[in-house]
Amino acid sequence: MNSSQLLGITTLAYLLSAILYIAIFVFRAKKLGLFATLITACAFLINTIGIGLRWHESYQMGIGYAPLSNMYESLVFFAWAITLFYLVLELRYKNRVLGAFSMPFAFLSMAYASFSPEFGKEIKPLIPALQSNWLIAHVITCFVGYAAFAVASGMGVMYLLKDRKTNGAPGTLLASLPELKVIDDIIHKTLVFGFLWLSAGIITGAVWANAAWGTYWSWDPKETWSLITWFVYAATLHARFTKGWGGRRIAWLAIIGFISVVFTYYGVNFLLSGLHSYGAR
Amino acid sequence: MKKTENMVWRFFASVKLALFSLLILATTSVIGTLIPQKNPPEFYIEAFGPRTAQFFRLLDVPDMYNSWWFISLLLLFSINLIVCTIDRLPNVWQMVVMNNLDTPPDRLEKMPNRHVFHARGDVESIAKIAKGILAKSGWKTQGENNPAGSLLFSQKKAWSRLGVYAVHLSILVIFAGAIIGSLLGFKAGVMLPEGGVTDTVYETGTGKPIPLGFTLQCEGFNVSFYADGTTPKEFRSTLKVIDSSAKELPPAKDIIVNDPLSYKGITFYQSSYEPMQGFNISIVNKATKVRQNFQVPFGEKIHWPGTGIDFGIINQQVRSRMGDVDKLKVWFSDGQGEPSIFWMDNNAKQTISSPAAAYEFQAHQVYATGLQVAKDPGVWTVYVGCILMLTGLYVAFFLSHRRVWVYIVREEATDRCRVLVCGVSSKNKIAFENEFSALVECFTHDSTFQNA
Repeated sequence: MNSSQLLGITTLAYLLSAILYIAIFVFRAKKLGLFATLITACAFLINTIGIGLRWHESYQMGIGYAPLSNMYESLVFFAWAITLFYLVLELRYKNRVLGAFSMPFAFLSMAYASFSPEFGKEIKPLIPALQSNWLIAHVITCFVGYAAFAVASGMGVMYLLKDRKTNGAPGTLLASLPELKVIDDIIHKTLVFGFLWLSAGIITGAVWANAAWGTYWSWDPKETWSLITWFVYAATLHARFTKGWGGRRIAWLAIIGFISVVFTYYGVNFLLSGLHSYGAR
Repeated sequence: MKKTENMVWRFFASVKLALFSLLILATTSVIGTLIPQKNPPEFYIEAFGPRTAQFFRLLDVPDMYNSWWFISLLLLFSINLIVCTIDRLPNVWQMVVMNNLDTPPDRLEKMPNRHVFHARGDVESIAKIAKGILAKSGWKTQGENNPAGSLLFSQKKAWSRLGVYAVHLSILVIFAGAIIGSLLGFKAGVMLPEGGVTDTVYETGTGKPIPLGFTLQCEGFNVSFYADGTTPKEFRSTLKVIDSSAKELPPAKDIIVNDPLSYKGITFYQSSYEPMQGFNISIVNKATKVRQNFQVPFGEKIHWPGTGIDFGIINQQVRSRMGDVDKLKVWFSDGQGEPSIFWMDNNAKQTISSPAAAYEFQAHQVYATGLQVAKDPGVWTVYVGCILMLTGLYVAFFLSHRRVWVYIVREEATDRCRVLVCGVSSKNKIAFENEFSALVECFTHDSTFQNA
């Protein structure tokens, strides 16, 4: 058993998990609930072991490093973080319908990592710029934040769906979604959590850049886009805290914010050039 | 006049302006990620045409993050932060230090979380029991008796209301650090060949020479590769500071990427390297142990004076387009027998035997190390700002100012007291609701208190 097999199984398990949660939502198949949670927990465990084994394998190859150094590895970690975040959410809110709007992100991330021909999956040695302990701190903080933002955007979609028919009569599809007030609360809390981690991610990146290049900020496209994302969420939180925005507007902002995250994470690597080109390979 | 002043103040203190500056900063920042920055003017003419390039120059687009208008936006953002803080902080501070025992009873009756009990006994002894229950749940109480009854108050984390202002302040601290760095610091670079020294570095962008105030020597440079032969594993420069004014000099230090050398506030970062057209050769006569070092250019015949030895590098194989030599071909003769011609690895040793003697031949391609040089006295201010920001965000988002009151009043015409337990939280209302219910539960468990 090697790490790529385990991560392959993880992809399938996340697919199954996403399908189960969507089935719970669409067919109101509540009986599947426990099964869905178990599958997700197992998938998460396999994902964890897969990352750990890849780490171990890199040491066996004599080039040991934390598997967080390129697009493939970051997507795998992204899926891991989304799933962890979702499981905590499910535990806290005791509502499995949330999974239908969260787990597809984890699956898409793993699937893109596994099936995209664009980037290599093999364990490659680290170039000198990446040989730093800040790699671990920077990638983990960023992706925990990104995972929260992914889930927040899923909740935003859920809010907008539910809000189309506010008076969803009992027994209809949308009635099984949590109340608007509750979704709004989840979105808000998730955004706040993500914002703290995004800030930490930008800061760890700046400290690392200063240790490697002597400049903590150089307006590199990646840095700039992370700041743009930070501005978007900062504006969102201010609109909420001081202008009392909520509901549809915050739901939309959660979606727009995540588009900015995706561009920071993915778009910059492939569409713009800059210092931070490690992620593209 | 007063009215305009007030309007200007309100404008700079407004949340609308905060939202506007955040979104305008976000939008304008995009420009510099789409249009490459800090290229020479010809680049923009070539890529966008002369008219657009002219327009770009007018608006400083090629260096937009340092342009007058972007700096003005940052300034607007800072003024907004300062004014809004001055505007709001006094009220918030009031909330932190206020005497909550002054809260009028009718306000207590309207608290979002409230529960009424009845209790038999006199006000004082009931207050004592209530105090005990609150203390058990971690609420330290202050009390006050008034003619109508007794009021107990307790609060947790009143200072958490200041978290958001810590975040605002942290942004200003970071800006201050950035300004200190740009006024008192510099970013520069220098290429230093192995063995070379420099007392000057060259400012990034302008190329302006900057004297270091001491001399830096590169004693050696080495690049190593992973087994695949092309991925660089490590760039390592051995640097030594020579400073006649210093009593004690730091020992020579090996720097690698992510591990720089600092001296007198100036830091030297490993940034690049350049292979040069030449080799350091060392030859040892194994019998006599005589050693001689040479710096030789490629393709030239070199004579070791006083011996019959001639040698030269006659061919080389490069690893990359940069010109890293991987293998070199050596021609060697000590005048006895046939000359030796062989391929050897760069940085390796090779033993040569002739009828007369054996020699150890070592070759090392000469490199120049590329150093980035930075002086930034503002960096610690920036880091303090960063820590303040994360702490402030945590406090602002996850801690809340929670207050509870217990108001005990003797009910007229009965022998019992009415006990109002109420509370409010500055945020995380749902979590506080649970905390409050647990507290009420504690009261219920005490036989003194009966649900009203």
